[in-house]
Amino acid sequence: MNDIVKDYFPLVVFIAVAVVIALPLMIAPFVIAYKKPDPEKLSAYECGFNAFDDARMKFDVRFYLVAILFIIFDLEVSFLFPWAVAFGDVGVFGFWSMMVFLAVLTIGFIYEWKKGALEWD
Amino acid sequence: MNQALQFPALQALYPEILLVVGAMALLMLGVFRGDRSTGAVNGFAVLLLVAAGILVCLQDGTASAFHGSFVSDPFARFLKVVALIGSAVTIVLATEFLSAPHRQRYEFAILIMLATAGMMVLISATDLIALYLGLELMSLSLYVIAALDRDSLRSTEAGLKYFVLGALSSGMLLYGSSLVYGFTGTVEFAGIAKAAQNGGLGLTFGLVFLFAGLCFKVSAVPFHMWTPDVYEGAPTPVTAFFASAPKVAAMSVFVRASMTAFPGIAEQWQQIIVFVSIASMVLGGFAGIGQTNIKRLMAYSSIGNMGYALIGLAAGSPDGVQSVLIYVSLYVAMTLGMFACIIAMRRADGPVEKIADLAGLARTKPAMAFFLAMLLFSLAGVPPLAGFFGKFYVFLAAMKAGLYTLAILGVLASVVAAYYYLAIVKIMYFDEPATPFEPMRGELKTVLAVSGLFVLLFFVYPAPLVEAAAAAAKSLF
Repeated sequence: MNDIVKDYFPLVVFIAVAVVIALPLMIAPFVIAYKKPDPEKLSAYECGFNAFDDARMKFDVRFYLVAILFIIFDLEVSFLFPWAVAFGDVGVFGFWSMMVFLAVLTIGFIYEWKKGALEWD
Repeated sequence: MNQALQFPALQALYPEILLVVGAMALLMLGVFRGDRSTGAVNGFAVLLLVAAGILVCLQDGTASAFHGSFVSDPFARFLKVVALIGSAVTIVLATEFLSAPHRQRYEFAILIMLATAGMMVLISATDLIALYLGLELMSLSLYVIAALDRDSLRSTEAGLKYFVLGALSSGMLLYGSSLVYGFTGTVEFAGIAKAAQNGGLGLTFGLVFLFAGLCFKVSAVPFHMWTPDVYEGAPTPVTAFFASAPKVAAMSVFVRASMTAFPGIAEQWQQIIVFVSIASMVLGGFAGIGQTNIKRLMAYSSIGNMGYALIGLAAGSPDGVQSVLIYVSLYVAMTLGMFACIIAMRRADGPVEKIADLAGLARTKPAMAFFLAMLLFSLAGVPPLAGFFGKFYVFLAAMKAGLYTLAILGVLASVVAAYYYLAIVKIMYFDEPATPFEPMRGELKTVLAVSGLFVLLFFVYPAPLVEAAAAAAKSLF
């Protein structure tokens, strides 16, 4: 029992430090922040959404397309990192596997570009 | 250097590599030339599918790749050839559909090629990871093809339904796979077979989920609900594809997984297969009766036919596997012919798909009516047409394995199903003619004639198919 408590002690320290840092940072703006209200601050964002609105609104379907395309290339990078870290160990086979993967992805990229998926209008 | 990082021998994968590289090359051709290139892309796609089929035929013996997770054996080659024929003929059938100005989509042929590559991986998979990869490559392509006609409400609905239910079934399959892995400690079929000799509750649990996922893919009852809606909503050439090649691939992985991964607990999965098979045959028989749309009817027909194919699997013997192989190849031949007719059901103001539209076809188009009638008789299992032999081998295998109830119920269900097949023949031959259809296009005529003659004359020389199926079945045992 005592061992378990000891094992988790660092966690308690972390939580304590987090609280000590976070709470003052959350409270401080109310006390010392420079306040200058302006109607522009409540106007719509550049992406077209209102600053304060119902969260359950309809999105333009094009946002989904962008999100999907983003995920693909995001995943590509998340595959590239471990590959790059282990580059010395994966050898010729590992190198060419990643090259094939990138080539397939490039073909997909050319397709979406030529199809106009990257253009907003 | 680590052995896993050696350059692998890829000879077993040449057909798949050809298809995938070809699909990407055609994608580039299509995207740079635009939708005008649809015809060229379709032509090249058929050529590549044929070339892949030749490469498959040139392989012999048993070769494996990727540390035994992918195998090319006679069983895989037999089914790959059937699947490739199904895919290539589908592209031919779709020529007319894709030639309309607003429907020129070169992506169709490319998606079919990618789906076919997925099927080939699925057919050759000898571990759960390769199985899942192949299944997903196939399914993801199929979801997109189902919604190909994206301006049509029904097509998008079909695509969405297929996607949601397909994702659910993939989830079940993965859950089952993880349980199987947890209880056996390996994902390889051979390793699972070794570890699963004594069975166990957890393993059976995993098996049930795995089978539920596979049942969904072959659209066997009780996982068939998506079939009629998707078949009706998807464009007709797409429905022809759904009903042929993917069924072959799903059935093949069903057989391979049952036979090579779970031979030790055959008693457990046999019960499941027997139930699913009876339920599919009965539902396929009775639910088809009330249909007025011929594509919906084909959906119920396909549910029923998968039930018959599963009888062979339930037998669990080399004879049983042989009968499944014969059954699915004959089924693909009949289905492609049927869909050549359905695609030809087109009046001046567009395609029609009501069964009543076939009224009096024998007087307006005697040749089409004759071949369609032969295909329907064959689907009903009337001797001496091909469909009879398919059912004959399946029932024979079931009798040899002592599954008398299953065989008898199968025969009874086929009598029920014969009613709606013969009702169409009656409508074509004895009803007053409706407005005649537009002339049938050349490629549809060819597919219908080849399929019709194959079905008619199969009994003259069945040996090549039967022997190839026997050799293929032997490689699993």
